Amino acid sequence: MNDGVLAPVPCAIEIRGLTKSFGEHHALRGIDLQVSKGECLVIFGPNGAGKTTLVKIMSTLVKPSSGGVWLDGMHIRDKPAQIRRKISLVSHETFLYDDLTVYENLKFYGKMYDVADLEQKIHDVISWVQLESRRYDRIGTLSRGQQQRVSIARGVLHNPSILFLDEPEVGLDPHASTVIRDMLGGLNTGGRTVVMTTHNLERGLELGDRIIILDRGRIVYQAAKHKIDKANFQQVYDQYTGTGM
Amino acid sequence: MNKSFVKVLTVFRKDILAELRTREIVVSVLVFALLVLVIFSFAFDMGAGMGETVAPGILWVALTFGGVIGFNRIFAMEKENSRLEGLMLCPVDRAVIYWGKLAGSFTFMLAVAVIITPVFLVLFNLPLLLPRLALVIVLTVIGFAAVGTLFSALAINTRARDIMLPILFLPIVVPVIVAAVKATAPVLAGAPWADMLTWLQVIIAFDIIYLVVATLVFEFVIEE
Repeated sequence: MNDGVLAPVPCAIEIRGLTKSFGEHHALRGIDLQVSKGECLVIFGPNGAGKTTLVKIMSTLVKPSSGGVWLDGMHIRDKPAQIRRKISLVSHETFLYDDLTVYENLKFYGKMYDVADLEQKIHDVISWVQLESRRYDRIGTLSRGQQQRVSIARGVLHNPSILFLDEPEVGLDPHASTVIRDMLGGLNTGGRTVVMTTHNLERGLELGDRIIILDRGRIVYQAAKHKIDKANFQQVYDQYTGTGM
Repeated sequence: MNKSFVKVLTVFRKDILAELRTREIVVSVLVFALLVLVIFSFAFDMGAGMGETVAPGILWVALTFGGVIGFNRIFAMEKENSRLEGLMLCPVDRAVIYWGKLAGSFTFMLAVAVIITPVFLVLFNLPLLLPRLALVIVLTVIGFAAVGTLFSALAINTRARDIMLPILFLPIVVPVIVAAVKATAPVLAGAPWADMLTWLQVIIAFDIIYLVVATLVFEFVIEE
């Protein structure tokens, strides 16, 4: 199953029998999942459910204990550099350098990804996140919400076909959270596949095409958005996880 | 230009730019190294050739222990905001990250050496123009940076990071410190090249071995 040989699959992400243990702690206990190209998958789950571990494995940051992950038909173990060119991760940590300006941060990451026509791309993403006036300001002088907008700009600078969002709204005030939500809604365009983890049920249901609930390292619930009764989803969540959010 | 080399330069430029803005590494190492030199200059009587006898050791104690402070910051800056994850997500070989950080470490250490060496020579009543000393310093700093950068990356994921780095770094660099001290002594005494050649060869061998080993193992060090 995890021998690295797999016929090309029409989905953007395929996960088979994925497990991850940290010593005695089993963070993931056999995940099987497929995400279609252009789909927006939202992952809910309480703290410690394994959401971040799953995202980190999919984004090649952490190696699985067993099982396999294929992105665009390529095993993450076989061609990590090639895969990293196609993916991006936006987390609640911004990955930005406080002492460099918005422009310098984006230029740094753009060069690392060999982004063609970099100056124009930087201009476009800064305009998109509405930070033209802060272009030459250091990241450390920006508010948390503005930093997160730059982080999203960094995430889409190289036009990834698969975008992972790991609780991107954590630590934001309500206004900043609303601004970020509007931006996140625009990320799942042009055939881009988006996988997002969040604790915010309302936002997740709004953005996702499909919802899964992860609990104690297992997928305990999954459904397409149109099949979900949004009004009662909190009860469904509580029922499957045994906890409220 | 080779793409990997361009990316090494990109990482290097980023570190230099951040350091020029904060001066965190160079200033802290510089202050520490200068303090060591001043304290030792008062502790020893520099008359009757003492300068040439004890001075090499003092210079390398200042640079070595100062270096530990600097290397601690090399990857610590990548830990904040999980920047290391941002770097690791980039589609580059892990060795590119190592060489970019190594170039930064080398430059910061060399900058400190360039400032403290004239101070050292004045404090210990030694001639100011010693090109051979510059050669010893450059070659030794390469070795320091090769090992320091690697162990900085290793220590970053440990809880006792500040303690872990000197524990790992100092035993490994003992051969190059001894060689640097032995190569510096003939320079300060005005002895011929032949007296320092063997020690220079030891330093060069150390540099090559640790540059190769660190490049090969960095991937395993940086990953979980």
